[in-house]
This record gives sequence, C-alpha cells and structure tokens, in this order.
Amino acid sequence: MMASPTLLDTDQMASFVARGFLAFPGLIDEDLNAPAIEELEAILATWGSDARPFAPSSGQRLDEIYPEPSAIGAVLRHPVVAGAVQSLVGTDAVFDHDFVHLRPPGDLSQQKLHADAIIDSNRAFDVQVFYFPHEVTDDGGGTGFVPGTHLRLVNETDVARYHHVAGERQWVGPAGSVLIFHHGMWHRGMPNPGSLRRLMYKIRLNPTAPQTRLWDLAGFDERQNDASDHVFAKFRADSVAATLRHREPWLGESAYRLELVQRAALWRYLSGDDAFDVDWYQTRKELREELA
Amino acid sequence: MDPMTHRQQVLFLWLEHSDLDGRVVAWTFHDGADRGDRHDAAPYANGVAALRDGWRLIQTSPIPLPAPGAETVRGRLEHEFMFERIVPID
Repeated sequence: MMASPTLLDTDQMASFVARGFLAFPGLIDEDLNAPAIEELEAILATWGSDARPFAPSSGQRLDEIYPEPSAIGAVLRHPVVAGAVQSLVGTDAVFDHDFVHLRPPGDLSQQKLHADAIIDSNRAFDVQVFYFPHEVTDDGGGTGFVPGTHLRLVNETDVARYHHVAGERQWVGPAGSVLIFHHGMWHRGMPNPGSLRRLMYKIRLNPTAPQTRLWDLAGFDERQNDASDHVFAKFRADSVAATLRHREPWLGESAYRLELVQRAALWRYLSGDDAFDVDWYQTRKELREELA
Repeated sequence: MDPMTHRQQVLFLWLEHSDLDGRVVAWTFHDGADRGDRHDAAPYANGVAALRDGWRLIQTSPIPLPAPGAETVRGRLEHEFMFERIVPID
C-alpha cells in the first residue's frame, strides 16, 4: 500500500512562490528508475501511435493516468512527488500534457530559452514535474532554468534573445531527481557533450480548484506575517515575507520590487489571506485607493 | 566596411537599471566574423566597461513605461543595450 503523500511545508511553499521551483535530488530509488527508463524508451519508440503505453488524454484526472503497473505512475505516486503536487495543484489536478525529452550523447544542440505557456495572466498556476531517471552530470545536458522568472509574462521563445542570464542554473544531480516548476519558469534543454544518454520525463498538471492552503499547515500561523512586515521598517527574519524576499542575481532594484509585489499577490491567493503583504507595497496602494 | 575583410560583432547587454554604468544581468554575443570568440561568462561588469573596450553603443531600450492597470507586471528583461564592433576576419 502506498504511503500517504508528504505534503510541502510552509517554507517550501514560500520558496516555490519566490523562486518558481522545488528540487528533490535523488528522490526515486534505482529499483524504480530502471523500469521507468524502460517505459520512457517504449513511449519514445511509440510516440503518437496507438501502441504508446499508458497514453493519457488532456483533462484526465491525475489519479487515473499511468495506472499500475506503470513505472511512470509509480514515480508520480511516490509520496514526496504526490505530496508536492497535491500541495501545489490539489487532489483534483488533471493531466495537461507530457513529453519524453531525449538528449543523446554528443548532442550539442541547445533549445532556445522559453516559457512553455502562452501568456497566462491569471494568478492560478500549473506545475510541471521534471523527472531525471539517470544521473545528470555537469556535461550531461541537464535542463537549464532561470530561478525567479516564473511570474513574468512572456510568450514562449520571445525570451530566446537572452543567451546568458545571471543566476541561470543547469540541473545536475543523481539518478531519480525530480524538479517541480511553476509553469512560467524560463528554461531550456541544454547540450549533452557527455557520453551518457540523457532522458527526462516532463508532465504538466492543471489545478481544477482554488490552490488555497493545500499544504501542511503545521507552523503556518507562526510563519505568516501581517502587512506591517517591511524591510524598511520593522520586519522578522523568520516570516514568509523573509523567504519571499529572495533576490535573484538577474534582478535589478526596480524589477526586484515589482517581483515582490507579484510574489505577495500569489501568496495572498495561496494563503487565502487578502491582507498579506511584503514591504507594504500593496497595502499602501490599497489604502490610497480608498481615498480617491 | 568591406565585408570581404571585416564583419560586425554584436553584443547585447541587459543592465540592472537604465544607466549605462549598471551591472550586467544578462548578455548575448553574436559574431559575424565567426572568429570563435565566446562569452560564456559576462564579458563586462557594466555597460561603460564595454565602451572602454571599444564597443560602440548603437541602441538602447526605452525606460519601461508602466501599462495602465498592469503597472506591477513585467515580462521581458528591461534596460537592453546593444553594441557593435567591426573586426577583421581572421
């Protein structure tokens, strides 16, 4: 019997809001990675045909796709993966699409930097789960991504002009690693000059209900700050706002402050606390809106 | 410029603010001369440093204009500075 999902804690949720991703290095054991690789290879070999194993349809409930004995299904039902997904997009999440990304050894091609969404201006968000069944070394074509870009509204490869962005990461990690992205994260497939075949499975999931307070709320009340938590006035070092203030290297001062407003707005949605704020930006504006 | 002997190199720098002495936060290099020059690390600390190394500034992005109703929303990187340099073909 599968263990119950391990929900995210408040700090993980706040980090996801601030940076747009969560990483679980080496989460999946080798005895599951091996059959998962076989299944991914089978999907690759039959992609687009009726022979594709376990082919799901867009809109299917997550708990209905990749049924046993699917190894991909077992990865998705791993307590940590299932718990993170449940915390972010709920128990009624549905399948959007998935894909098996292959980087053969010596493949020097590189995707353009992009966000997967056509501009999604609403506050609710999808998640994308990236699963690396092999070890990914620093020359192994791990996914590149730019933390903190997830709340900027861009369309697909409109950001391809940016070849290098300060703070961009390229995934490196042991076999069985899992990354979870906000759908807006700028990312790209990277060259694989190494000698290992690099597979990566990606699945996008949509919420169907408000994403409010779905995580492990133990300790939430202590971490949640009121609107007065202001880095230029009084502030706490252990508040949600402190986590949301994480600054990425590519952010100048003006862009950083606007990102804080976006992050605070997203945390209001997630926490159901319409009075929440980071550094008073929204509160100040709302106070003035009552005047004129 | 004689394209048989010289070509254009283009350098995009995105800076932390709208002044040319701002810190480089992103960069892209294109080499019309195909000389194999690479800039995997930031080539300059700021835009002025590129000028002092001989790059000519040919375009800057306008200072961001807030969109009414969406003043706090951003997309592309702000503060784009485009430079060129004419170099001989090796």
